Amino acid sequence: MNDVLLQVNDLKTWFEGSSGTARAVDGVSFEIRRGETFALLGESGCGKSMTALSLMRLVPEPAGRIVAGSVLLDGVDLLTLPEHQMRNIRGGRVGMIFQEPMTSLNPVMRVGRQIQESVECHLGLRNRAAKARVLELLDAVGIPDPQQRYDEYPHQLSGGMKQRVMIAIALAGEPELLIADEPTTALDVTIQAQVLELMAELQKQTGMAMLLITHDLGVVAEVADRVAVMYAGQIVEQASREQFFSDPQHPYSKKLFASMPDIEKRGEKLAVIRGSVPPLTTEFSGCRFEARCDYSWELCQNSVPQWHQQASGHGIRCHLMDEVHHGRGITHHEEPEADTPQTTEIPDQPILKVDGLKVHFPIHKGLFKRVVGHVHAVDGIDIDLKPGQTLALVGESGCGKTTVGKGILQLIRPTAGDVNFENIDLTQLSNKQLRPMRGDIQIIFQDPFSSLNPRMRVADIIEEGMIAQGKGGSASQCQQRIDELLQQVGLSPEHKQRYPHEFSGGQRQRVCIARALAVEPKLIICDEPTSALDVSVQAQILNLLKKLQQELGLAYLFITHDISVVEYLAHQVAVMYLGRIVEQGEVEEVLNQPRHPYTQALLSAVPSIRESKREKQRLSGELPSPINPPQGCHFNPRCPKVMANCKENYPDSTLLTESHFVRCFLYD
Amino acid sequence: MALLANNRAFILFSGLLLVAVIVAISVPVKWVVLWTDALIFALITVILGSGWLVRNKPYLLAPWRRVLKRRLASAALVVLLSYVLIGLLDSVHFREALPPQVGSSEVHYSPHTLSVLDKLLTPIRIQEEKSYSAPFAIHLFSKESTQREDGTTVREYPRLQYGGAHLEDIQQRQTDITHTLLMASSYSLLAWLLLSALIIWIMAQRYSLSYRQQVERLVRGEMELPWRTLLLTLLAVMLFAFVAMMLGVKYHVFGTDKVGQDVLYQTLKSIRTGLVIGTLTTLIMLPFAVVLGVAAGYFRGWIDDTIQYIYTTLNSIPGVLLIAAAVLIMQAYIAGNPELFETMEERADARLFFLCLILGITSWTGLCRLLRGEALKLRELDYVQAAHAFGVPQHKILSSHIFPNVLHIVLITLVLDFSGLVLAEAVLSYVGIGVDPTMHSWGNMINGARLEMAREPMVWWSLMAAFIFMFILVLAANLFADAVRDAFDPRAQH
Repeated sequence: MNDVLLQVNDLKTWFEGSSGTARAVDGVSFEIRRGETFALLGESGCGKSMTALSLMRLVPEPAGRIVAGSVLLDGVDLLTLPEHQMRNIRGGRVGMIFQEPMTSLNPVMRVGRQIQESVECHLGLRNRAAKARVLELLDAVGIPDPQQRYDEYPHQLSGGMKQRVMIAIALAGEPELLIADEPTTALDVTIQAQVLELMAELQKQTGMAMLLITHDLGVVAEVADRVAVMYAGQIVEQASREQFFSDPQHPYSKKLFASMPDIEKRGEKLAVIRGSVPPLTTEFSGCRFEARCDYSWELCQNSVPQWHQQASGHGIRCHLMDEVHHGRGITHHEEPEADTPQTTEIPDQPILKVDGLKVHFPIHKGLFKRVVGHVHAVDGIDIDLKPGQTLALVGESGCGKTTVGKGILQLIRPTAGDVNFENIDLTQLSNKQLRPMRGDIQIIFQDPFSSLNPRMRVADIIEEGMIAQGKGGSASQCQQRIDELLQQVGLSPEHKQRYPHEFSGGQRQRVCIARALAVEPKLIICDEPTSALDVSVQAQILNLLKKLQQELGLAYLFITHDISVVEYLAHQVAVMYLGRIVEQGEVEEVLNQPRHPYTQALLSAVPSIRESKREKQRLSGELPSPINPPQGCHFNPRCPKVMANCKENYPDSTLLTESHFVRCFLYD
Repeated sequence: MALLANNRAFILFSGLLLVAVIVAISVPVKWVVLWTDALIFALITVILGSGWLVRNKPYLLAPWRRVLKRRLASAALVVLLSYVLIGLLDSVHFREALPPQVGSSEVHYSPHTLSVLDKLLTPIRIQEEKSYSAPFAIHLFSKESTQREDGTTVREYPRLQYGGAHLEDIQQRQTDITHTLLMASSYSLLAWLLLSALIIWIMAQRYSLSYRQQVERLVRGEMELPWRTLLLTLLAVMLFAFVAMMLGVKYHVFGTDKVGQDVLYQTLKSIRTGLVIGTLTTLIMLPFAVVLGVAAGYFRGWIDDTIQYIYTTLNSIPGVLLIAAAVLIMQAYIAGNPELFETMEERADARLFFLCLILGITSWTGLCRLLRGEALKLRELDYVQAAHAFGVPQHKILSSHIFPNVLHIVLITLVLDFSGLVLAEAVLSYVGIGVDPTMHSWGNMINGARLEMAREPMVWWSLMAAFIFMFILVLAANLFADAVRDAFDPRAQH
């Protein structure tokens, strides 16, 4: 039997747009063997998803079309099959999972029916037999109590559950190949770990091959057998996982590794990849990575690099692999920027002191809108933050970290507790009294696309806060200040007449930072500022934030779910679970010796590119609803070390060292 | 340079205004501004003013550019603009001075209000026959008893007083029509060529090309905007205008109605009514919809509850019932206070205005609901939150963050509603609760046609004329609205 299941040869998918032909997939070749996991890795806009859609012939027509190439599934070219045969392939021999579990399920159909549809279609089972198969599938994807779940609607399931249902639908046709397009990107790390483990297990049982599309190096390191790196519509490097992670060859791959934030890079600048991915409408006359590459020389501009296949199976598309050029050095050096170590003494007095902050949202029901309960979004939080320091607030989505930020800013008025900023209790001030204080605390949001008004020019956006706060002086001084700010965040003053849609995600985030800086804040609340960005751009923003902190002595409250960012940037870490902080301390203490079982599980769930020292620990279940938090310790239903006491009382904080405390009965 | 250009435009504009004022004063007429006229000119001022304000805002101009780039939309725009031109000409009203009476220096004015359009269409307007006549007919539609010179009475189809009256021999009709048609076509072609030449010359100046190059670019369709389509549509419109006018003077192109009035004149006069209903109604409802919708979405709480309560209640009353009741009240009021209105036209206009008002009051809820939803979404967006974090005052947030971002919805609704309202007028007039029966409107024409259709042989031309003109307007409006929606809908971009 042939070992190769899927063979893709020189696949090209082009899109006709108003700005020319976009070559989303431009000559991609790879093969997937039976039972192996093949990862397609790349930044957004590189054509990864389009490659997957092309394999299934699901490219949105007539805008896009497959121009050339062949896709051989067991020797049969899928691109030449008639549509009715293709329908049997889709969902039958090739299954697919999409990124967004929320929108992939039909909200008005029962979950069981949706899976059954696929079972009936591809296995020809009917009624009882089909239902029995659905229940088996639900069981196989680890959904507890399948009998009951069969009759539920998608909105009754959590995100992780929905993704499991999606997997069940994909498995219904007993596929030989499963295409998973960013299957865990929308999920939290602990859930991501569960889903990845499930997929690996299913693969072992059924022997199917998997094409995993992802931007996350960590995920690749966890599950992939072989890796292909895509850049601007082409595969630039392809290797086995071991080869790739031990010896990446292409300059782009090397840079990707270097730009990953990491505890070992603390205190240094992260490597950045200049610029961003070129638009796919460009006519490339040379190497596509040339403009951003540290090694590029004039040959790279003028001649398209060829694919070099090494005997070990490692393949690279780069001129550096040409015999004559082997071993050329770096031609572009980054500005060696002296990393000024912090010399300023950190004052002992905290700039921000939060005591017992609670934010509860009332739930109204019925004709007269009676309050029937509360969402305990934030339920008693204490934070101390000193000037020039970064406190990272870590937790899964839904644990209330963003609400903490808004509560401190008084965008949402807290239900109880004090927010002392420079010894003034903000919760006691009226909106009017707050107004002059607004400039001192600023916020940077997660989504750079919704945080800038599309109808305002950059200059107006930055100026808005300065006018509201009465800072910046006369009109000409104001304009001068805007120029300075733009330069400070790495944009040029010419950008100020432009509108936000003309910028990339990373540039927008810079504009957001400039906007916040315009009012000379002392504290910036960063609400996941890099989670919507690609790794290479994330590095640019993290470097910028770090530089600004050193120059201006800013304090950051850094809200994130990304542990690697925390490791790199934060001084202190607070781990949140369901509205409360369960563990807090210096970053080394918490990340190296996590004490709380939740912190331990969270850390071990993070996919890592290095061989993990941490022991694998998988959490079952998901974050409970903050409307009815579990009795006793909130974590007790998921805790592997649960004791009788945990179900009765909420543990008090136990001081482990001067700066490190944990709220768990294990250390009482 | 820009300042200079602006100044030039300003000088040109004020010069035109001055000429208009001088003409207005020097002509011996009494100018009359009806209520709807005032509102129409207010609307035109607002449109020109906002055009002036957005001229330097690329993000506001870009969607309009996208609209104009679509060939179908720009052709529709030319058609719409020609309707608007007729409507505007019909909105400048005056009363002519009567010939001075002997021994009195006081000037008396005619009791009839005329518009500039009336004046332009004078021959067609006053060429009234006795009764029905078919399009291009020379004889009346029904037989009449006439006395011959020799004293015998015969029943025959009498010759029309005006239609084809110039013909010596009725056999010549066909050749005369063909001849006039050819003349009209060549005149219109000539006029069109002159106009196109002027436009091309201006464009050639602007792009600093030679005249020949500019013509080549245009013919090959290499311009950014579809000028070729624009000019060809213009040719079609001009062709129609010339043919209708030159034939209309000699014949009744669309026949005559029961009282012998030219149907072409009626349909042209109906254009203003349709446009007024279509635009003023939305203008009247706009403040309600925008203020209440945005307030409900942005402030939430009890404000939201109150506004929702109001529009849910209003929505649950059948619209036709409300309109019928209001129009009847207005009718009774007008009948009871005849001293308020100097002329018949003023009375009819008051009723038209009131109809717009009541249509507006019953139709703002849809847009209001849309805007409420959008404002609800926008207030949670990060940039609004960021503005709060800067301590930006509420009114500033509303004016610079919320309002500009709901504008596209307002615009789309406005354009989409237009054709619906034009049709609504026809239906309401048909039911008998529309505009004043003395006012020319497509609804009234269709209403009148109800009885004519029952005649044997059928009198079909009133209905057909109303249908053709209304159909073209609504079709053009819909095509244009589609393009506007596509261009302004943020989801349809990229």
